[in-house]
Amino acid sequence: MFILITYDVSTVEKAGRRRLRRVAQACKDYGLRVQNSVFECKVDAKNWVLLRARLLEEINEKEDSLRFYFLDADVTFEHHGTKKPIDLEEPLIV
Amino acid sequence: MKQNTLYLTTQGAYVSRDHLTLKIEVEKELKLAVPIHHLESVCIFGHSLMSPPAAELCWEHGVPINYFSENGYFIGRWEGVPNTSVLLRRAQYRVADDRRASALIARQCVAGKLQNSRQSVLRSARETTATEERDRLQSCATDLASLLRMLEHVGDLDEIRGMEGQGANVYFGVFDFHLRQQRDDFSFRVRSRRPPRDAVNCLLSFLYALVRHDCIAALTATGLDPFVGYLHAERPNRPSLALDLMEEFRPLLADRLAITMINRKQIGPKDFAPREGGAVEFSPTGRKAVITGYQTRKQETVQHPVLEQQCRIGQLMLIQARILARHLRGDIPEYLPCVLR
Repeated sequence: MFILITYDVSTVEKAGRRRLRRVAQACKDYGLRVQNSVFECKVDAKNWVLLRARLLEEINEKEDSLRFYFLDADVTFEHHGTKKPIDLEEPLIV
Repeated sequence: MKQNTLYLTTQGAYVSRDHLTLKIEVEKELKLAVPIHHLESVCIFGHSLMSPPAAELCWEHGVPINYFSENGYFIGRWEGVPNTSVLLRRAQYRVADDRRASALIARQCVAGKLQNSRQSVLRSARETTATEERDRLQSCATDLASLLRMLEHVGDLDEIRGMEGQGANVYFGVFDFHLRQQRDDFSFRVRSRRPPRDAVNCLLSFLYALVRHDCIAALTATGLDPFVGYLHAERPNRPSLALDLMEEFRPLLADRLAITMINRKQIGPKDFAPREGGAVEFSPTGRKAVITGYQTRKQETVQHPVLEQQCRIGQLMLIQARILARHLRGDIPEYLPCVLR
């Protein structure tokens, strides 16, 4: 599954800043950060269940917003400018 | 979900754990952060460090860590508790003690190698324009075909090994004619290893090491013991079964890729460096180019001749290991090597 995750977490209070960190960490564990609050995740069904549950656990439904976009295999996109992410299915050589 | 292999070839890279990701740093600069579920194995060439928590993360997710020397010599492997398919292993050992049954599997491995070699030689014969070379390639293909016919009637292990050697001689005798580009820089006379003495041998040895690693991984994942083989005699520290499984993949995966990379000039003389005493080894850029080529090739899909299913080339070794396991368990009468068009 190819899923795009975007979020807005309120950072007015200290608790909100903590939620923001934890939401970002959950996304980082399963996907690639493409922009500040935007992650692309390629996950199988099992990992998707884990990630989704973890994110829903973290956010505060009254203050934060979380959106999942389910992208098909044949989705296309263009990238311009900085922060170009790597493709985790290409050869990974350091 | 395509899972990937992480290759570390930069000396002095440091891998640490950040929650569920592996962070790869070179000289304190972050190069890559990979979520662990994207990986199926990690290969470290030469000196890179992995922190204990990072190794533990790999272990938790069943990702083996493989260590190679800088030049691709397989040193060792770190993985969690192996899966305990005791019954399969016992079946494997029983066949190893039975010379007739061993010969049956060994013969199929050699048959697979000869057929794939023949296909490769015929392909180059079709593609060349020089008449004399075409004739040499075609006569090589004829020789391989007659060896294949003779192989059917051979039931003795030593004879099978002899025919494998004959096949290799014929095959490497015309190896030069596969190349259509860069012939002066990549001339091939004879197969040499430990150490490889020219660029082609260096390239072949490195690719064989990569294939061998994948075969060991595939056999281990299937629950077989990679060190007890049939065609290759047992010796301490020799992954005989992996070498058996490899035979059919040498022409198919390694040799073909070497030829393609030279012909497409994806690799050139600048990617190799001579060493004292006549050995030739890769430069760091050359090594990266070959691994990239190998990984890209493994992502291509083909039709499996026996299963009649589309699969990635990288999966073929695992599929073949499972076919072998089915034969050892007695589910199918003989091992069927993978022969592509």
